[in-house]
Amino acid sequence: MIKQFAAITWMNLQSLSQRLGAASVIVVGIAGVVAVMVSLLAMSAGFKHTLADAGRADRAIILRGGSDAELNSNLTRNDLATISNAPGIAKNADGQALLSSELVTVVNVPKIDTGTEANVTLRGVGLTLGGVRPELTMIDGRMFRPAVRELIAGAGAVKQFRGLSTGSVLHLRNADWVVTGVFTSNGDVHESELLADVDTVSSAVERTGYSSAVALLTSPAEFPAFKDALTTDPQLKVDVQREPDYYAAQSQQVTKTINIVGTTVAIIMAIGAMFGALNSMYSAVATRTQEIATLRAIGFGAVPVLLSVMVEALLLSLLGGMLGAGLAWLFFNGHTVSTLGGAFAQVVFKLTVTQTLIVTGITWACVIGLLGGFFPALQAARLPVAEALRAG
Amino acid sequence: MKYLPLVWATLWRRKVRTVFTLLSIVIAFLLFGMLETVDYAFSHPGNDVTGADKLITLNKYSITLSLPFADVQQVRALPGVVEVTWITWFGGYYQESKNFVFALPIDTDSYFKVHDNELLVADDAMTAFRNTRSGALVNSALMKKFGWHVGDKIPLHSAIWTQQPSGSLDWTFDIVGSYDAKDPAQAAQMASNLLFHYELFDEARSFGKGQVGWLEERISDPKRAAELSDQIDALFANSSNETKTQPAKEFTMTFLKQYGDIGFVLRAILGAVFFTLLFLTGNTMMQSVRERIPELAVLKTLGFSDLKVLFLVLGEALLLCVIAALIGLALSYGTLPIIKLGLPGVELSPWALAPGIAVAVLLAIIVGAPPALRAMRLNIVDALADQR
Amino acid sequence: MNGSSSNGSGMNGSIVSLRNVHKRYQRGKQSVDVLHGLTLDIPRGEFVALMGPSGSGKTTLLNLIGGLDTPTSGEITVAGQRLDQLGSGGLSRWRSHHVGFVFQFYNLMPMLSAQRNVELPLLLTSLSAAQRRNNALAALTLVGIADRAKHKPAELSGGQAQRVAIARALVADPTLLVCDEPTGDLDRKSADDVLQLLQILNREHGKSIVMVTHDPKAAEFAGRQLHMDKGALQES
Repeated sequence: MIKQFAAITWMNLQSLSQRLGAASVIVVGIAGVVAVMVSLLAMSAGFKHTLADAGRADRAIILRGGSDAELNSNLTRNDLATISNAPGIAKNADGQALLSSELVTVVNVPKIDTGTEANVTLRGVGLTLGGVRPELTMIDGRMFRPAVRELIAGAGAVKQFRGLSTGSVLHLRNADWVVTGVFTSNGDVHESELLADVDTVSSAVERTGYSSAVALLTSPAEFPAFKDALTTDPQLKVDVQREPDYYAAQSQQVTKTINIVGTTVAIIMAIGAMFGALNSMYSAVATRTQEIATLRAIGFGAVPVLLSVMVEALLLSLLGGMLGAGLAWLFFNGHTVSTLGGAFAQVVFKLTVTQTLIVTGITWACVIGLLGGFFPALQAARLPVAEALRAG
Repeated sequence: MKYLPLVWATLWRRKVRTVFTLLSIVIAFLLFGMLETVDYAFSHPGNDVTGADKLITLNKYSITLSLPFADVQQVRALPGVVEVTWITWFGGYYQESKNFVFALPIDTDSYFKVHDNELLVADDAMTAFRNTRSGALVNSALMKKFGWHVGDKIPLHSAIWTQQPSGSLDWTFDIVGSYDAKDPAQAAQMASNLLFHYELFDEARSFGKGQVGWLEERISDPKRAAELSDQIDALFANSSNETKTQPAKEFTMTFLKQYGDIGFVLRAILGAVFFTLLFLTGNTMMQSVRERIPELAVLKTLGFSDLKVLFLVLGEALLLCVIAALIGLALSYGTLPIIKLGLPGVELSPWALAPGIAVAVLLAIIVGAPPALRAMRLNIVDALADQR
Repeated sequence: MNGSSSNGSGMNGSIVSLRNVHKRYQRGKQSVDVLHGLTLDIPRGEFVALMGPSGSGKTTLLNLIGGLDTPTSGEITVAGQRLDQLGSGGLSRWRSHHVGFVFQFYNLMPMLSAQRNVELPLLLTSLSAAQRRNNALAALTLVGIADRAKHKPAELSGGQAQRVAIARALVADPTLLVCDEPTGDLDRKSADDVLQLLQILNREHGKSIVMVTHDPKAAEFAGRQLHMDKGALQES
């Protein structure tokens, strides 16, 4: 049986060069589906990575109780003082608690691609920034100074918005701010933001109090005790979350939307590609009716014939899948895009064509190919031999 | 025309192949219809004429920053401005954070003076509202969504505003009536609205007094919208609260644009779809003509001119593509309700589908031209000789 | 001597007149001379069988007479028209009015019924749909196969299919029928039926017929036999 199958398959593949047109239809059709699907899913993978995968289990975000996002939250100086006394917060070399009081607001900056203004997060941060967020690295210029209108721009923001390079000046609320440097932070959401001293931001937007506090704990295991201490305090009304959990919730809506859109489009395209594959394979079988009938007359079994047709479909769709995934990777991997994040400000993220995605794409390709090859294969196997021979 | 039966019969020469090619085209146009509808919604402001005389004024630098209440008087005094009203973002939800309610604290007189050509409220509901401090007028779509009735006491949770002195984020309202949009084109964007009294809000909120979120203006002449927007902004140009004013319709557009260059993504997808479709259909047609060379030669012997044969083949391509496109577009029209679910508050227009027919014709021409030329150029004698 | 009058009366009452006709084909760098200075007259109302070994040029001659091809040099007058002076558009138009073809492999459209197949030439006229239908049925009746009008070619036997093809060749009322091995694919009985039909069309309906065949038995049905060899005619 294997020998028969191998023999027929070999014959099929050799005759492929005569049927290049029909064969290329499957390859191109499936390549198209896979390219689109992988690209769209790369968007949601990239978004999720930016938001949710960054974040440390030993870092906690404290918001006012009942607020679901930093933008809606409001903490007073007293609140911060109480929080700083909670157990479990790590301390730096000078004995300062690694607790950054933060004030989040949104500003308008023109985008590089469209020229229209879009929202960017301006985050005022505490002086312990370097300790609380050790992954933050200056790649250009220098850190901002306190009490002066200076800010640093995230590498992602610099790629998407105009006028954020080191040394440029931003006009915000009738005051000028100087961009003193550019930073990276592991590709997380903060790379889409502008950072400045919290008190300076506070006076600029005429707000008292803060949006949130971020604390680095001595270890992830300290979190439960830390959380309990704050939530049981009658004078405080706060919500305490691990950083990854907070961002996962933030990214949920957008990730869900992109996934739904991506999957819907991919399914519809896959159905279209399947019709194309069916067309091609039926036509392939039709042109080789005589050959197949002759083989059957000689004594080759029906099952090897069926399998050989399906294998041909499978190989062609595999080729298409690899081509499509390759195209998606070539054109879009690493491409930065920005969209509205949960906080009404732009989040910059990279399209990431991960290995999982490539495998997913190729798997879809094979499924489409198998489905498209099955019925024609069945027809080829069931061919009434005598009739087919006579028709020649 | 009289050639239709011939062209139609030729299409169905190989049933299976035609059916699958047809289905592929249908799928492509289904996607086309769906994606074009979304793209159209994102790039065309709503069709409502009643909103054309409305402006929105925000703090220039951020929608999260507020404006001083004193600004209202200055704007009101501007010639061309009929009335100004003020609103602040309440950030409300009902029971769970996913049940978003667009709760608007309004100054009743000025709000209705600005919006009365857009709203339909029964007189008794209006009277009840004016007389009840904690009263709420709810958009009828919202009423239906949560199963509320007039007379219900409903709690809304604000993500931002705490009440004095309780410090609670929960606010309770008495539903005194419902209202609707006058213009059906605006129904979608009002579907989650609930109106309550600004006095209640301002007195009870524990911070932010004297500040308002944004202003909404009604102007006498819609044609002067851009000009008046600039004039309003000029009023506050050198203050610490610079404003940005734009026609209300543009505001939605600007906001949606922030989701990114949706148009590019959609066009890219459609580009990939149609490229593969071109390939598939072109191949099918070429193959079909190749098989029919002897028959086409016979048509020529009967006296069909070269040009006629070209048009017969093109006619086939047209028939196939246009019929399939119409089916696909009709199907995509059927998916509108589902798309609406994903884009609440956005008006979807069937006009987006109109270019679909032009695309179908273009597709037919591109796909049909090479085989049609082949058919036109075939040499009768050679074609018939090949039969032997 | 233009000879391009449209009522079909050519010189000497001939339906086909060839004068010193040469035909040369280009195959890549090589050129092949298929016909060498042919001169021929076929009188109106004749049924001529054209015979000869393969490569003799008989099919080429048939193609020229039918207006499917043009000579390299020489004059061809068929049904009163100088074919060598027409371009491909003119030949198309001329064919639709003056000649009907019958091929060895019938060449019917497989997806059309017999009736619709016969109507095909009439699509080129300005007849209404009803008139086309009636004329097609009349032609099918003439060849004795009206009862199969709604059948597709795949549902017909060889002989029946050829009759449909003959009906199609007749439906536009041409003066000349050109047949290329019309019985080549038929069994003896069907072949005889078809040849008898051609005889009737010739004797009772006055159709001029030029038929290429390699079958001597078929040639006997014709009124005159012409033999060709190596691109030249030999009288028999």
